[in-house]
Amino acid sequence: MFEYAPAPESRSVVDLKPSYGLFIDGKFVDPTDGGSFKSINPASEEVLAEVAEAGAQDVERAVRAARKAYDKVWGPMPGRDRAKYLYRIARLIQERSRELAVLESLDNGKPIRESRDVDLPLVAAHFFYYAGWADKLPHAGFGANPRPIGVAAQVIPWNFPLLMLAWKIAPALAAGNTVVLKPAETTPLTALLFAEICQQAELPAGVVNILTGAGDTGRALVEHPGVDKVAFTGSTDVGRAIARSVAGTSKKLTLELGGKAANIVFDDAPIDQAVEGIVNGIFFNQGHVCCAGSRLLVQENVADRVLESLKRRMAQLRVGDPLDKNTDVGAINSAAQLERIRELSDAGSAEGAERWSPPCDLPDRGFWFAPTIFTGVTQAHRIAREEIFGPVLSVLTFRTPAEAVEKANNTPYGLSAGIWTDKGSRILWMADRLRAGVVWANTFNKFDPTSPFGGYKESGYGREGGRHGLEGYLNV
Amino acid sequence: MSERVAVRKTYKLFIGGKFPRSESGRSYLVQSSNVSLASRKDARDAVVAARAAVKGWAGATAYNRGQILYRAAEMLEGRREQFVALGIPGDEVDAAVDRWVWYAGWADKLAQVYGGANPVAGPYFNISAPEPTGVVAVVAPERPALLGLVSVIAPAIVTGNTVVVAASATEPLAAVTLAEVLATSDLPGGVVNILTGAITETAPTLAAHMDVNAIDLTGVTDAALATDLEVKAAENLKRVLRPAPADHDWTADPGVAPMTALLETKTVWHPKGV
Repeated sequence: MFEYAPAPESRSVVDLKPSYGLFIDGKFVDPTDGGSFKSINPASEEVLAEVAEAGAQDVERAVRAARKAYDKVWGPMPGRDRAKYLYRIARLIQERSRELAVLESLDNGKPIRESRDVDLPLVAAHFFYYAGWADKLPHAGFGANPRPIGVAAQVIPWNFPLLMLAWKIAPALAAGNTVVLKPAETTPLTALLFAEICQQAELPAGVVNILTGAGDTGRALVEHPGVDKVAFTGSTDVGRAIARSVAGTSKKLTLELGGKAANIVFDDAPIDQAVEGIVNGIFFNQGHVCCAGSRLLVQENVADRVLESLKRRMAQLRVGDPLDKNTDVGAINSAAQLERIRELSDAGSAEGAERWSPPCDLPDRGFWFAPTIFTGVTQAHRIAREEIFGPVLSVLTFRTPAEAVEKANNTPYGLSAGIWTDKGSRILWMADRLRAGVVWANTFNKFDPTSPFGGYKESGYGREGGRHGLEGYLNV
Repeated sequence: MSERVAVRKTYKLFIGGKFPRSESGRSYLVQSSNVSLASRKDARDAVVAARAAVKGWAGATAYNRGQILYRAAEMLEGRREQFVALGIPGDEVDAAVDRWVWYAGWADKLAQVYGGANPVAGPYFNISAPEPTGVVAVVAPERPALLGLVSVIAPAIVTGNTVVVAASATEPLAAVTLAEVLATSDLPGGVVNILTGAITETAPTLAAHMDVNAIDLTGVTDAALATDLEVKAAENLKRVLRPAPADHDWTADPGVAPMTALLETKTVWHPKGV
C-alpha cells in the first residue's frame, strides 16, 4: 500500500463543554437522583466530556414534560406548523453538519468520511422527509384522521448515534407525538448537540427530551407507566426484555434488533463489484451495523477467485485515526465491544475456522480490531450464528440457488440480505425467498429516508423510514 | 312407520386438512356434544402442519388465494342452515359469508395499497412489498362464534399466512363446522388448523412455540392470561395482536389493520445503470 500523508479533519469546529446535563422541558438541567459518567474517544481513550446519568426521578420529570408538551402544545398544533419546526431542524443540521460529523467521529470512532458523507446527509434528509408528512397524514393510508399515540420512549444504540436519533425523532414528531430519547452511554454527545439544535430551532419545550444514561435509565424509561409508545434499536436480548416488560400494557412497541445477514455471491456476478459490496457490507462502520453482511455465501466454483480478490482489497483498507479523511476503518466503539469481538473471533479459531487479516499496524491507544475473515466456516460455528457486530466476516460456500436460500435463512434473524448475480430472474427468485426485511441486489448497505427498514423474525418488528415508518407512531 | 334414527356427527379437531381426534383421547361435553379436548401435543402437531403449509400457500399467487377464499364463502353460504341449526343467528351467518367475500377480494389488492415504489435519492430501483409473517396462532373470540372466528381467520390467511386457531371453548361446534367448509373449499391442508378445548391448555403452548411467528390474542378475555401469553410470545419476538376490547363491534368494517398486523414489509434495492 502506498503511503498517504495524514489528512486530519480539524477538531476546532467542535466546541465541547466539560460537562453536560439532561435536556428536559427545553432546558439543560442537573440530574435529581442520577449520577454522571464520562464519554471517551474510542480512538484515543481520552475523556471528551462528563455526562449526566438520569435516575428514576429524572425519567419522571422528562415523561411529565413530554406529556405536558403533548397535551398543551404539540398535540393540538396544526401539522403545517409541526412541519415547519422539523424543516427548521433539518436545515440547522445541514448548516452545522461538519460540527456534528466531527463530534460523531470523536465520540463513536467511525471514519470522518462516513460520518460526513453518509450519516449526516441521511440525518438531515430524514428530518426533511418526515417534515413533509406532518401536514399530510390523512393521505398516508392510515385512515382519514390518524391520531398520534402520545409520549414516545425511544432508546437508541451507539453505532449510528445521530442517524438512529433521526430515525426515531423525525417520524415521532411528524405524527404529533412528543419524545423522551435515551442515547447510548458510549455515544451521548451528538444527541446533546441535537438538543441545542432544538433550542436553536425554538422547538417548544418538552417536545424533545434527551436523557443520557445506561441500561438502568433505559429500563426506567420504557417501563414508565406514562409512556404510550416504546421504540428500541439494539440487541435482540434487550429487545426481548422490553417486549416482556410491555406485556399487558397498552404501549405500542417497535423493535429494530440484531442481524446476521447473508451476502450471496453467484458465479456470474462481476467479481470486482461483488468484492466492493462484500467489503462495504462488513467493514462499513467497523462492522458495527445490524444489517451488516456478516456471512458471505459464495458459490463454490468461484470461491477461490472471490477470496483472492477480497484479500487483495482488504489489504488496501486503511485502519486508523477516524478523523483522517483517508481512513476506511476506524476505532471499535468501546472496550466492551472489542472484548466481544475478540471472544467470538477466538471461538471461530477454536471451532476450526481459518482466520485471516491483512498486515495492519494498529494504533497503541484506543480500541482497534483489524479487518478479519474466516474461511472454512460451517453453519454450526458460533461465528456463523451469533452477531459479532465487528469487522469480522464468516465465509461459507454453496452450490445451488436453493442451497443458498436454505443457508441464508438458517438464522433466527431476518434483517437484511445481499444478492450478487447478473441474472435478473435469479435476483427476483432469490428476493422472494429470502426471509429478510431489506434485500440489496448488486449493492449493499444502502439507506434512504423513503425506504422502509426493519426485520423479520428475531430482528424485530415495525418499519422505520418511508410511509411505513409513520405507522409505529400513529394510533392505527 | 317408525321415526328415522338420526346419524349423529362426531366433532373432531382439524389439523393438516384431516379431522383427527385429540391424541390424548379426551373430549368434553359442550353444546350437547362430545367435542375433542385438544392437548398441548395437538397444538404442537398443528404448528407442524401449519409450518408445512406455509411454502405452498405463501407461494401461491394472490389470485389463487382469492379464488380459494371466495370458494370458502360459497361453501359457507351453502351450509347456512347447518349453522343456523347450531344456534348461530341467520344474520350472523350472512355477515360471516360477506366477510369471507370481502377478504377474498383483498388477496390481490393489499400489496398495491400497502406496498409500493420508494423514490430514493439515488440511481436505484427500490420497492417495498408485504409478505406473510408465517405461522400465526389465533385465540378466537368466544362469541360471536362464527362471525368472530371468520373475522380472525380470513385476514390472517388471505395474505399467505397459515393459522392454528384455538376455537371458542364454549361454542366450538361452529368452528368444527367451519372446518368442514374449509375442507371442501380447495384450501390446502394445514393452512387452517382448528383446536377445540381449553384455551388455558393450548394457548400457552402456542404462545411459547418457537416456530410460531405471530399470535393474535383477540379472543383472550382474562387479562392475566393475556399478559402471560404476551410474555411467552416475547421469547422469539412474535408479532402480538392484543385482546379485542369487550365492546368490539364485529359487524363494523374491519379495515386493513387485521391483515397488515400479520405482514412483513420487504424492501428490495437494485442499482440502475447501463
